[in-house]
Amino acid sequence: MSTTEQLFDYTLRSHPGAGEVPTDPTPTLPMAKALNAGLAAAMQADDKVLLMGEDIGRLGGVFRITEGLQERFGDTRVMDTPLAESGIIGTAIGLALRGYRPVIEIQFDGFVWPGFDQITSQLAKMANRLPEHMSLPIVIRIPYGGHIGAVEHHQESPETYFAHTPGLRVVSPSTPNDAYWMIQEAIASKDPVIFMEPKSRYWPKGQVDLVDGHVPMHTTRVARTGTEVTLVGHGAMVATLMQAADIAEGEGTSCEVVDLRSISPIDWEPLLASVRKTGRLVIAQEASGFVSVGSEIAATVAERTFYTLQAPPLRVSGFDIPFPVSKLEHLHLPDADRVLEAVDRALAY
Amino acid sequence: MSFHAAAPATTTIRLLDSEGRFVETDENAEFAAAARAIPDETLLAMHRRMVITRRFDHAAHNLQRTGQLGLWVPSHGQEAAQVGSVFALRPQDHVFPSYREHAVTMTRGVEPMEIISLYRGLTHGGWDPDERGNTHISTLVIGSQTLHATGYAMGMRLDGDVGTGDPDRDACSIVYFGDGATSQGDVNEAYVFAASYKAPVVFFLQNNHWAISVPVSVQSPTPLVDRPRGFGIPAIKVDGNDILASYTASVVATDHARSGQGPAFVEAETYRIGAHTSSDDPTRYRGDDELASWVERDPIARSEGYLRSRGVTDAQLAEFDAEGEAVAADIRTRTPQLVAPPMQVMFDHVYREPHPRIDEQRGWLEAYEADQDGASHA
Repeated sequence: MSTTEQLFDYTLRSHPGAGEVPTDPTPTLPMAKALNAGLAAAMQADDKVLLMGEDIGRLGGVFRITEGLQERFGDTRVMDTPLAESGIIGTAIGLALRGYRPVIEIQFDGFVWPGFDQITSQLAKMANRLPEHMSLPIVIRIPYGGHIGAVEHHQESPETYFAHTPGLRVVSPSTPNDAYWMIQEAIASKDPVIFMEPKSRYWPKGQVDLVDGHVPMHTTRVARTGTEVTLVGHGAMVATLMQAADIAEGEGTSCEVVDLRSISPIDWEPLLASVRKTGRLVIAQEASGFVSVGSEIAATVAERTFYTLQAPPLRVSGFDIPFPVSKLEHLHLPDADRVLEAVDRALAY
Repeated sequence: MSFHAAAPATTTIRLLDSEGRFVETDENAEFAAAARAIPDETLLAMHRRMVITRRFDHAAHNLQRTGQLGLWVPSHGQEAAQVGSVFALRPQDHVFPSYREHAVTMTRGVEPMEIISLYRGLTHGGWDPDERGNTHISTLVIGSQTLHATGYAMGMRLDGDVGTGDPDRDACSIVYFGDGATSQGDVNEAYVFAASYKAPVVFFLQNNHWAISVPVSVQSPTPLVDRPRGFGIPAIKVDGNDILASYTASVVATDHARSGQGPAFVEAETYRIGAHTSSDDPTRYRGDDELASWVERDPIARSEGYLRSRGVTDAQLAEFDAEGEAVAADIRTRTPQLVAPPMQVMFDHVYREPHPRIDEQRGWLEAYEADQDGASHA
């Protein structure tokens, strides 16, 4: 086979198992396939669930999250929409008023902004205008974050904007198991959910428990126990924190890692309990730090655990700059070394 | 009457002159035939609704002027466009109004006091669409609702509620918007989605010539009715101050949508006689002559002229005036009695499922208010 043939070996066929829930009850899957299986399960369970987005049908989405679903469920339930984000979200609101449960894919984080008004002024506020029996069960899936070396607008972390908006729920899984279960819970919710998918975690594999793996999505998870410093983050940052905790352990420091899972609302108690135990908190996030989720965590932890703190909560964030060019992204995104630098500062107080 | 045959590209359909005399031409012949077939009962019902709406509108405006409402959005002058279009609807159709559609919403069953409650600052909604003729809550963000109406209509099509031939099943949505809204991206995206998915939605544009202080010429150098045609949506322009033209065109457009052929568009050319809102001063941007020329084309006077030519008596018309006055008197009495809702309601509808931050803040405010009360009684 020539190089050209390899480069252009495109196929319209889906990969085996795409669009289906695996038969093995505890498969090992990448997050991308876990999401695919979760969407398939939700569509199977409720025929009012519709998928809408750009290139999600025949192509299966640019990240192949919806692969095989149009073949299985048809093009009225998996809609390749016109290229217009506000149009997608606005028409999804109308479909939801009609009784459907639209699940929207925004192709990349930086492309959500043309739909921002429909999300913040309409989707988020409409329940507040309507009688109790009417709801807007819409999920907006947004692949977000860096680490993929992409061009501008393809690596942003916009979760703060949505967390700041009353009427929305915002969640972000960090593992394939959470991705499988949380997408189904988000779809079943009566409230609009912004579902932030850490795209750099689409490919690493993890075990999914298709039977007993469900943990409610608005629940903070302790991913690793430790005693001296609490490390908290969400999405892709959880893997970075786990790596930092490994290195710290080798250097004799015991870190507890807390996976937020839900950004709005935040399930505070497991995090506060961890900080009461360790007395130290390092918050890591890819988003710019100024007025961010990390800011809210720092403020709340200071308010509620003040007398048990051994050091002020410290933040490790993306800089307050537009997401840099891909050759410099490694300097912008918090890595284990930057987390450990903050751990050292926390221990030095 | 098919839409394409009935929608000449360059004509404004008009069936009543400024005195209310029936006018038939080669261009409006199909509409004229349809208008002649309208039963007197319907003509009277539409006239009644226009008269009541105008009395209601004036009374609400006066309530704002006396401090009883925070804001008022007058509908004076646009009654024929609104009433003609809403009378073309069937019970199963859905309405997505803008904020000036008092005639539309009341025709579908919204109570006058429910509209008043919005502008007295008591609610962001005001009614249950299921109990008010499928009339959805308007939004103040210009043009946003066109996408909601389009998505709703996409759902009607998915449900198979178009093109069955069953008059009790085939349905459409209708969305109201103005000339300013036509510049919004959302309106243009709504045209795209409606055309792509053959959604049974009727875009009902009331071109009232002014987006607050900006004339329609700034929104578009070309006729607004030409825009949707470029998106593949059949479009028709009518004299929006002519109840017969407004109604017959709306029947054609809604029939087209319900038949499953896709969206339709009506531009009703009308005029906002009053201010944009009670906070606006139109004397700063438009002249007396222009206003006077539109007062001469008053939609209610034209409808009345036509009804008289059909033998409707002073006594019948006086009944409508009396009914309008009763509505006006009723809101004058009841508006000052409307009190602020309990404070909990601002937390109650934000989410449909339990939310710890909302619960915490509601609880905090209740405790705080109780403390304040205690302190003031001490």
